[in-house]
Amino acid sequence: MPRFHGQSNHAPVDIVNQLQKQYVDYLTSLFHEGVLDDQFTQLQKLQDESNPDFTVEVATLFFVDSDKLINNMAAALERSPVDFKQVDADVHQLKGSSSSIGAMRVKNLCITFRSFCETQSYEGCLICLQQVKNECAVLKDKLQNLFRMEQQIVGAGGSVPLMD
Amino acid sequence: MSKQVAGAASPSSRSAGSRKAEMGDGTGVGSTPAPVKKKLSVLIVDDSSMIRTIHTILVNRVGVEVESKVAENGKVAVDLFRSGESFDVVLMDWEMPVMNGIEATKELRNMGVDSMIVGVTSHSMDTEKDTFMAAGLDDCYGKPLSIEILKNILQKMKTDD
Repeated sequence: MPRFHGQSNHAPVDIVNQLQKQYVDYLTSLFHEGVLDDQFTQLQKLQDESNPDFTVEVATLFFVDSDKLINNMAAALERSPVDFKQVDADVHQLKGSSSSIGAMRVKNLCITFRSFCETQSYEGCLICLQQVKNECAVLKDKLQNLFRMEQQIVGAGGSVPLMD
Repeated sequence: MSKQVAGAASPSSRSAGSRKAEMGDGTGVGSTPAPVKKKLSVLIVDDSSMIRTIHTILVNRVGVEVESKVAENGKVAVDLFRSGESFDVVLMDWEMPVMNGIEATKELRNMGVDSMIVGVTSHSMDTEKDTFMAAGLDDCYGKPLSIEILKNILQKMKTDD
């Protein structure tokens, strides 16, 4: 069940309520689809007046990190011979940071990716790299939608619901 | 963003084997002045800026008076201690460039550093954690740290004799 910080005091209550419901429904769908896990909620709980943009900042850092790591993996897989240990090290990093932001599908893909690095399966690694790229793009898109919805709620004078 | 304060204690104020934070007791007139309440100092060592950001916020949220600093790899952490800085708690990542967490932990223990060093790693297997512990850690947890685990670590530091 969602909880609410503060009170809405500007736009008609029904508009704020509608926006909040849409937000809760959207976030709930992200959990149900496995895009996000509880770690994301934990990050949201750390956001307050002294760190009002914490979740957005962490998400931004994650995407900067993940872009760099994915480029490193791609470059390593293009070299001959492939340095699977280096690829594995980058995947391990991505697994850690995706886990820290609650990006569950990215994290799970990294686990599979690492197993292909261990067996030095070039084809397996290529497939996983593409999947990880796609999943990070999906996550970015969905989080941007989520943050946009948060801005709409706050702009209407409401407060962003927190999932328990 | 969270405050990051330069490491506090001078070398002379920390004796080997002492990890206790001195606590003020608010005693009344005529009594011996209470020692100044010292904040716990935490060094966050991780090559991921994202993890450093998350753990810095976590550290500042646990409800214990604390100041934190960050280092992007083991060598930076070791150099901080070599320069005379000291920390009550070190949150040490394992895999880092230049000097990893195992090397950094061994180096700090060889230097006689008695800070609480807590490993924080994505490595999940018990054998892997055992390897990290053997370097000289006081404890080891998976990434990311939760606020409950961090509270336990810092509360333990505050009350440790």
